[in-house]
Order: sequence, then structure tokens, then C-alpha cells
Amino acid sequence: MKTIKNSGLLLFLAGLGIFISLIFIGTFELTQASFDQIVQEKGIKSGIFLKEIEKNVVGRDFNGMLALSPKIGEALEHANAQYRRKKEYDKVIYTKTHDMAELLAKPAGNGFLVEHKGLMWFLTFGLGILGALLFILPNVILLGNKGIKNDGIYHQNATNRGWMAWLVFIFLVAFYLILYFRPEYSVNWTYLVDPISERLSGNPAGHWFVYGFMYCVVMTVMAIRMYIKYRHNLYQIVRTTSVLFFQIVFAFLIPEIMVRLQMPYYDFKNAFPLDYDFFFQWNLKELLNSGGIGLFILFWGIALTLLIVPIMVYFFGKRWYCSWVCGCGGLAETLGDPYRQHSSKSLFSWKVERWLIHCVLLFALVMTGMTLYSFFTESSTVLGIKTSGIQNAYSLMIGAIFAGVIGTGFYPIFGNRVWCRFGCPLAAYLGFVQRFKSRFRITTNGGQCISCGNCSTYCEQGIDVRAYAQKGENIIRSSCVGCGICAAVCPRGVLKLENGPLKGRINPTEILLGNDVNLMELVNTK
Amino acid sequence: MQHIVIIGNGIAGVTTARHIRKKTDYRITLISPENDYFFSRTALMYVYMGHMKFEHIQPYENWFWKKNRIELVNGYVTKVDPPNKKLLLKDGRIIAYDSLVIATGSKSNKFGWPGQDLQGVQGLYSKQDLDLLEVTAPDKEVCKRAVVVGGGLIGIELVEMLRSRKIPVTFLVREKSFWNGVLPQGESQMINEHILEHHIDLRLATNLKEILSDENGRAKAVLTDKGETIACNLVGLTAGVSPNIDFLKDSGIELGKGVKVNRFLETNIENIYAIGDCAEQHQAIGNRKPVEAVWYTGRMMGEALAQTICGKKTAYDPGHWFNSAKFFDIEYQTYGWVFSEADKQEFEHHFHWRHPNENICLTLAFHSKSKQFLGINTFGIRMRHELFDRWLNEERNIGYVLEHLKDANFDPEFYRHHEEDIIRQYNSEFGANIKARKKSWQRIFNNA
Repeated sequence: MKTIKNSGLLLFLAGLGIFISLIFIGTFELTQASFDQIVQEKGIKSGIFLKEIEKNVVGRDFNGMLALSPKIGEALEHANAQYRRKKEYDKVIYTKTHDMAELLAKPAGNGFLVEHKGLMWFLTFGLGILGALLFILPNVILLGNKGIKNDGIYHQNATNRGWMAWLVFIFLVAFYLILYFRPEYSVNWTYLVDPISERLSGNPAGHWFVYGFMYCVVMTVMAIRMYIKYRHNLYQIVRTTSVLFFQIVFAFLIPEIMVRLQMPYYDFKNAFPLDYDFFFQWNLKELLNSGGIGLFILFWGIALTLLIVPIMVYFFGKRWYCSWVCGCGGLAETLGDPYRQHSSKSLFSWKVERWLIHCVLLFALVMTGMTLYSFFTESSTVLGIKTSGIQNAYSLMIGAIFAGVIGTGFYPIFGNRVWCRFGCPLAAYLGFVQRFKSRFRITTNGGQCISCGNCSTYCEQGIDVRAYAQKGENIIRSSCVGCGICAAVCPRGVLKLENGPLKGRINPTEILLGNDVNLMELVNTK
Repeated sequence: MQHIVIIGNGIAGVTTARHIRKKTDYRITLISPENDYFFSRTALMYVYMGHMKFEHIQPYENWFWKKNRIELVNGYVTKVDPPNKKLLLKDGRIIAYDSLVIATGSKSNKFGWPGQDLQGVQGLYSKQDLDLLEVTAPDKEVCKRAVVVGGGLIGIELVEMLRSRKIPVTFLVREKSFWNGVLPQGESQMINEHILEHHIDLRLATNLKEILSDENGRAKAVLTDKGETIACNLVGLTAGVSPNIDFLKDSGIELGKGVKVNRFLETNIENIYAIGDCAEQHQAIGNRKPVEAVWYTGRMMGEALAQTICGKKTAYDPGHWFNSAKFFDIEYQTYGWVFSEADKQEFEHHFHWRHPNENICLTLAFHSKSKQFLGINTFGIRMRHELFDRWLNEERNIGYVLEHLKDANFDPEFYRHHEEDIIRQYNSEFGANIKARKKSWQRIFNNA
């Protein structure tokens, strides 16, 4: 068993190693024909840019993206600078340099990788999946009897912020930085999944397709780990299945298939304001120009946020979204599960959490307000502030850095719900509903708590569950995503997630059940 | 201003301190040599097992004590001087009090076994015991085998801890079946089987005779009353606990097994109280023992005593008995009284149900004549404390309890329910015709 696990780990690391090396290797040669096609499709009018690319890039061999990317960047910046000086703004290219590099590099790749996409897929994704499964599956036997399997979590390097955790942290952060800020370095990865993308949407893969595909793969593999670890707990099994289903079908397959059917790319479960660009001008225009389906999506998106989400939260708590449906939650509950114990439980963190998450919500709302104002009045500024500037600031700071780089990259250090807890504006909105008008609560079972702290330790949202349980109070917290792990790890059967009547949901107690000090009725009247 | 001094910062002492602070501005001092801050003793096992770090089992953040003006003294009280209302600490400090609360908990029992004080022999009660265990049994290379003596809750915890580090364990249990002085036979049997499932060398009806020493004064083996010698590096003595009151010997405070107290938790000396594990009631309350060494009772005594100290004289009046534990993977809860075959009275009848292949079972005790429900033990099924407490208050009969059993289920959502099977078996055993009623929120929350 140990041997199987170790060989699995080796295979996984080999796959990962090859995957990482693809950032740097590969040969590129941009043909005149491909370049002309891009120029035509993008409507590039920048003569200087065309000339420079044709002179320095087209027809030349480049070894690795490190050689190619700077040439394209220089050409673009040089050209734009000259046109700006001459105030010929129609010739300025507004595509970002790194996006342009990705665009030009994609058709330029050649050599072994591009000719053997299937084989290379197997050597990266394939080995990774195979290795991970070989590492995970023996746990069916190794973990022994059904039950809570947290032995040694704080003795192991990887789950106790040791060097392995830091390596994972560095990899994840670097991966997100490439995705968001240096997409041209992901071009080789896109070749790996081209065949899959072409089969789904008919188009070659871009870096977001790589991300989407990888997301599904990682979630599936880590969901198998969840199934094994929590095989005694049907709530966890059903929940994991649900979140996996919504990721693969709603976030990944349906949008790709919609593109094939000439429909707008849309994830039907991604609700505003998490889906922060839903009301952006380009999106609204695209929807309005897409006929019936576009209008339906517009209607659905608004109804999702204003009606469906809050009504469901009233009945089931925000868990129905955050830990049953949402993609961010899905990754947190699968890939992030080994790190859930790292969320800080201090009162200070809770204060930071409330300030941050509500500020992000406010930011999202103000930005959307400005966006809509600009859309209807067709002015690009609100009170002298450029709408697009605010949108770009939000996209960069919240959309890319907070949700992506920090949200996932920091899993191994600050726990798996950094984004959901401190940043997600949708979570903040659902939190209000959950706190003030919902049937959901975590019931504390009378006086049975022994203050052991397992519930708090394994709460990914950093809720000090024990603080309530040891007072005999139900846990009603806006941030609770209802993952159900507190109830699972409780050794004394104290906690239960349930949807019940509003009356008595919040039950401050002074003297716990089981003690007849004659005060109970006086102080505990609900 | 009154100065309340509490010796012991366990659940009893800390509960008292917290409740006094809620009601008054008295000066409060907590004294303990064990650890600066309160921690959950019942969770020590999880630190060794790597589920948590020690900081996680401290229920309050470190700033809590200062903010609530609860003074913490790390010290060991060697003498109590009631006439002068003073305490003497080992390091020479003297602390004056107006009211004194003795909440010093327990110590592990040692019954005079030869070799019981050798190195490598220890109990499992305090943080120091945990630290010692890390030294003696850090892994299976250093500790090639451990022998745990005593088949109670702490014993099985220690066994589980050692197994979490893959250390081979021999478990000596005096009784013929695990914990059968407390559990009815069916349940005890299920736990026996579960212990074996965890690859433990379980020796029932076996006593420790002697612990053998090597040349360095370390335990190297135990000798059992069956004449067998078992080589080991660790001997865990977990044959129960008794009140930790040796320092009170000549204080004038009346002592028995523990510190003798009345229902108001008062000792024979005015303004001196005792609570928690170390207190002994003059008269046992109901079916309870005079010394109750349980987390929950320690907390309840603390809650009651705080009222008294704050001027509202309040008796310790525990409600219906409840308790819980976990045996490896099997959770156990009990509400009301279910006695073992050894202890139960003639009128106490049992209905036992066990799942055909999972580690799930329960026993309901009821009065043979009146059918009044007396208590329930559940294994592998969680139950609602509030409902059983209410049903015991209302003196419901067994039929009512079974009929409404679905209300009481506290398992996580989507879990398999067993009420129908349980009731079917009851009906066939007792010729009854009970039908399970659907779960009702109205009944559960008593809004009817």
C-alpha cells in the first residue's frame, strides 16, 4: 500500500514537473499567413506594430516564450507610444501586451508538443490524475474503519504549514499570476487541451479553458479524496457530489456548448455580485444582441440575485449556494479540505472579516451603480470619475488578486476559504439574509459540549463554533457556509445543521440544559 | 471589595469565575500550577493524536482573562489557612481571600501496584501527563508496546491515542467485558468487538500484578494475574480517578473521599466551597454518586455556586442525568438512567436494539410495571438532549418515547434512520403496536 502511494506521488510530481517546464520550453514560429489573419480579425490598424512584428517576429524561430514575449511587447509599446504622441488614437492598440503575446504565440507554436497533443496531455494531466489517484485510493484500506480521520494533521508537514505547504503556496500563487498577468506563458498548456476544447466549443483552447478544465480535474480528484475520508457521512457525500456536478456541468460544459451553439458564454449558477461583470457594458450589449437566449440570461441573472438566491437562503441557509453549488466553494471544499484548519479563529480576524467583506460588497455595488448609470446615460464618467477606471480597479484588485491569487494561492497557509470569508460580495449579501431571515441554524445539543475545540479548529470560515456550543447557543453566523464539518468532527454529537422554524432560532442561554438551578426559566425565556 | 480565590482553573473553577464576573465586580483570582490558561481536559487526547494543537483546546483567547479582570496565578497551593483566610503557595507567595473555592479536580488512581512509580508508568489526566506521554511514547520506534491498565473512559482514550501513532497496545480490563459496570451487556459487547477491530490486544478479566523494572528504573514489562509477562515501554494506569485534595489534610476542612460539601457546595467552614471532581456530597443526589468526576457536573456546580457567591443562595440541583463519550469511532450518549445488569434494580427493564452490520445500537430502560421511560443509551446515533430532558420531566412512557423517536434524532442530514426498525423489534418483543410518528418541528420546539 505504501509503495502504491509513493509511486503515485512520484507519478504526480513527474506530471507536475513536466507541466511546469512547459512554461519555459517550446518553439514558436509565426507565419505571415497566421499573422495576417490575426490582424484582420482584430482589425489592427497600427502600421508601426505590423512593421515591427513582420521584421522581428514573423518567420523567425523562437526558443521558449521568454524569447518571444518581449519582442511582441516592445513592438506594441513602441507603436502605441508613437501614435499617442501623434494623437492618432484610432491606431493605438488597446489589447494588453501580454494578451497580444498570447494571441500571436498561440498559432506560432510548433514542434513535438504541438504535434503530440494527446501524448503530452497524458504526460501532464494524465500522470497527474493517475498519480493522485494512486496516492489517494489506498486510503480506502489505510484509513481503516469509517469515522473521523484527522489523526496526525498537525504532525504532518503539508497540513501544518511546513515547507511542503509553502511549496504548494508558491506554485498556486505563481499559477494564478501567470493566468491573470502573464497569459502568454500558458500557451503551451493550451495545446494540451486543444482537442478537448475543439470537441466542446469548436474553438482552440485559451488559457481560461485550461483553467476551467484543470479546475474540474482537480475538483474531481480531490472529491474522490473527500468521498473516502468522509465515507461515513452522507451529508458530505451528497454535498460533494452536488458541488462537483455544478462545477462540471454548469460552470464548464454548458458555457462551452453554448459557444458552439452561437450563444453567449454564460455560467447559469454564477450570481451577481460574485459575477461582477454581469452588468458591464460589453456583457449587456452582447446579451441584448443575442436574441431570445440573451434576454433570458439577462432576466435569469437578475432573478438569480434578487429572488432565487435570497429565497433559497431563507429556506436552507447560504450553504445551498456556498458549499453546494458555487465553484469557488467547490474548489475550497475539495482541493482546500486538507487546509481547512488554518483559518484564524481569533476575534481580531472576525473584525477584519466584517470590515473587508462588506467593503468589497460596497465596492461592487458602487461600481455596478456607476456602470449602469454610464450604460443608460451613455456617459463614460460619473461625477467626474471614470467608470472604466473603477471597473478595472475592481477587476484587478478584487477579481484577480483577491479572488484568485490570494483566494486560492493562500489555501495552505490561511485556510481554504480566504476569498469566501474575507472577500466574496455575494457571500456578504447572502450573509445578511442568513443572519437575519433564514430557517438555517446549527443547533447546539443542550448541555453536551465539552469545549474540546474540534468544531472551531476545523471550521473553514474561522467561526469559533465552540464559543456558542459551550454556552448551549445555536450558531447563527452570517459567514457560515454550512459545510457540515463541525457537526462531523464533534465527538459528542453536539452540533446539527438544520432548517427549522424562525422562532427560537437564536437562543441566548446563561445556564445550560441539564442544570435545574431554578433560573433556567427566568433567564432562558426565548 | 470581596476577593474570590478559586484553586483550579478547570471547567468548574472557570465556570464559577465567569459567572461571578457576569454578575458582580468582585476581585477574582484563579490559581493553577498546570497551565496559565484554561483548557479542555477532555480534549488533551486530540493534541496527542494531531487533530489539534494545544492552543486549540483553550476555549478562550489569552486576552479574555485580562479583559474580564480574572487574575491568573500560576502556582501550587500547599496549604490553606482558614482562620487567617490565607493560602500558602509552594514558591512562598501568600494569597489572602474572602471566599475560597476549591476546584482542584482529580488525580489518577494508583492502587499500590509494585512498580507503579517507575519511569514509563503514568496516568492520563493533566497536561503534564500529556507532555510525559510525548516523551515516553512519541512513536512506535521508541515505544514498541504499551500496556494500558483499566477499562474505563480514560483507558480507552489512551488506547485510541496510542493507536493513532501505530503503537501496539495491550489493554488490561478487570471486568469480563468492557465497562460493563456501567453499560448493559449488549452495548459492552459491541465495544469489545470495536476494540478488536482497532487491532488492540484486549485482555478481559485480567488484572495487573506487578510492573517490572529494568536496570535503570524504567518499566520494561508487566506481570498479569494470569501469570503472563508482557514486555512494554509504557504502562498507562487508567483505573479511575479520585479527588485531588492531599494539600487540605490539616486545614480543618472536612474531608472524606473528597471535600465534603452540602447541597449549596459549602464545606464545614464558612466562605469555603468545593466544586467539580474534588467535591463530595454528604448525601448522594438521586442516583448520582457522591463524587461526580464528569465535565458536565463540574460545570453545573460552577454555575450554581456562582449564584450563591453573588448573593443568591442556590443549591446544586442537577437535572436529569446525561453524559457522552466516544469509543474510537462510536459516539455514545446517555440521557436518564440506564444501569448495567450488575447495578439495575428489579423493576428496570431494558429494550436493546442493535443494527445488523453497523456499529449502531441503543438501549432504552423503562419501568416494568408502569412502563415509565427511565433512560436511554445510544451508540452511533445522536439524540436531542432537550427532548429527552423534557420527556423525563413529563414522565413519559416507553411507548410515547418510541412513537416520537424521530423527533429526537440528531444525526446529520441524509443519514439513514433506524426508528422503524427499532420500533418493529420492540413491537415484536413486547407484543406492542407502536407506530412511529413523523418528525414534527412543532413538537421539537414545543410551540404547540
